[in-house]
Amino acid sequence: MTTETIPQAPAPVQSRGNRKQARRNTLIGWTFILPNFLGFLAFTLIPVVAAFALSFMEWSSFSAPKWIGLANFERMFASDSFWIALRNTVVYALGHVPLTMALALLLAMLLNRKLKGIGFFRVAIFFPYITSLVAVAVVWNMLFSPDSGPINQFLGAIGIANPPGWTSSSDWAMPAVIITSVWRDMGYYMVLYLAGLQAIPTELYEAAEVDGASAWQRFWNVTIPSLRPTTFFVVVMLTVSSFKVFDLIVVMTNGGPGRSTTVLSQLIYQEGIGEGKFGYSSAISLVLFIIVLTVTVLQFKIQQRRER
Amino acid sequence: MTNMAEDLKATHVTDAASSPSGAPSAEDRRRTDRKRSPREQKKRTANMVIYGVLVVLVVALMVPFIWMLSSSLKENNQVLTVPIQWIPQEFVWSNYTDIWTRIPMMGYLQNSLYLAVIITCLQVLTGSLAAYGFSKVRFPGRDVLFLAYIGTIAVPWQAYMVPQYIMMQNLGLTNSFNALILLQAFGAFGVFLMRQYYMTIPDELCEAARIDGLSEYGIWARVILPLSKPALASLALLTFVNTWNDYMGPFIYLTSNRLWTVQLGLRSFVGQFDAEYAMIMTGSVISVIPILIIFLIGQRYFIQGIATSGMKG
Repeated sequence: MTTETIPQAPAPVQSRGNRKQARRNTLIGWTFILPNFLGFLAFTLIPVVAAFALSFMEWSSFSAPKWIGLANFERMFASDSFWIALRNTVVYALGHVPLTMALALLLAMLLNRKLKGIGFFRVAIFFPYITSLVAVAVVWNMLFSPDSGPINQFLGAIGIANPPGWTSSSDWAMPAVIITSVWRDMGYYMVLYLAGLQAIPTELYEAAEVDGASAWQRFWNVTIPSLRPTTFFVVVMLTVSSFKVFDLIVVMTNGGPGRSTTVLSQLIYQEGIGEGKFGYSSAISLVLFIIVLTVTVLQFKIQQRRER
Repeated sequence: MTNMAEDLKATHVTDAASSPSGAPSAEDRRRTDRKRSPREQKKRTANMVIYGVLVVLVVALMVPFIWMLSSSLKENNQVLTVPIQWIPQEFVWSNYTDIWTRIPMMGYLQNSLYLAVIITCLQVLTGSLAAYGFSKVRFPGRDVLFLAYIGTIAVPWQAYMVPQYIMMQNLGLTNSFNALILLQAFGAFGVFLMRQYYMTIPDELCEAARIDGLSEYGIWARVILPLSKPALASLALLTFVNTWNDYMGPFIYLTSNRLWTVQLGLRSFVGQFDAEYAMIMTGSVISVIPILIIFLIGQRYFIQGIATSGMKG
């Protein structure tokens, strides 16, 4: 996300007029930004900064805030629920990111051609992404129902004798959530990949064909390297969204059965808004933020090294 | 970046109208039909195979929707049957009339609509204003400020929802629409999306308008806004749909039933009457229909908006 400066008309030579012009521009610029900035400052920027400070404080709905250093973190690292939630979040991300990415790329390649009616297929595949999450979760819950749900009936029909219990089993609840989220998200990332594929110059493929490259070789040596910027972006977005997962889990399993699908953001909600432990929950938020930041920076570094 | 969006748009247009630049014209095709070379024949079969694959794939991916619609027209005990009934034995249309009295669905729809409209209007207005400031007016500190905007997009919302909540509590705004409006109407994403688009509008246009004596506000209103209709449409549609579908925000801030949105209402219905499968599906269908309509009208802008904001500028 670069912030390139725009070339402007040559500045007037006289420096006093210049300064006056600059002051005028500042004023005008700020009047444009201000309506949005006030809201942004009050309800995003300040809370973000406050979240950092709060994580070093003890503060609940009943007591005044008190600086306690790293005590929140010590408590967190000693807590069972934190590690379970962290593990579940990582498992979710490990399932959600590669599957969504692979399927989105596959769909994009399939749909990146000029055929009559291709627009309809693209739109249909994209639609789940903007369908309300509650409806999606509710429908998939029923599809996954262990005894007579359509999915297990299908699995039975193709000869699987003991189909999984999905959302009612602590081993299979997470895979069920992952399947639902992959189904929902892949259309969105397909659109990103489609844009990436359309930016690849056809000459590259033609040259590869002249050199006698097979379809598979063209995919590995032309498509994949050309898509690297898109893939980088997709991976970052997917990882960030995986670590933020909340509503899907709340509606589908509410963290259960047991604690088998409890994730970090749910823990933040329960501790912070549910029980009013503002400081402790902010410490968990900070961990979540650091994870997301680390993953993003790491991927950025890898991307930079590849480009060199 | 915009080229990609344009391209996506272009293919959509050619799909719809099958214009000469895309598929060969009917006459061309007839000519090639007469003396089809083996290579072309191979291509035709390949296309048929691709169509086949696509149809199977899309039907498979649409199963949840098909199932939702079919179940919404059944009796409760007909929903989870072995084997599956894809078409209801008997269409229970009364589900669609009963649901309005079973739960205050109309109120929920009104609440969702109210929130979505207000938030969308504010977001589009403040977002496009700020984007003009960030892209067309040059002043010291501008780029640093923009970085702060971008930076917060990367911070997961969950990481600062607790301070936000405390703040709203102190302002006495919890359990009111105002909390959600204030939290969601000034998003950094809208500014980012609009700025990306404004960067593609040549500065010479603004320069010319300045020479003609238009003020900066005049340029924004008369030059930039009319030119950025597609981006405005993208932002409006994305914001509307996001607000309509939002679960977390209303879940945290709206506690009394009369303020609930469709999403909360549906969720609570599922919690209370978990065996009323058919009625739950009816509610789901009703919650999805407004989105479907909006999507069908503006799908081009959705896809362009994602392609634009998705690619780094």
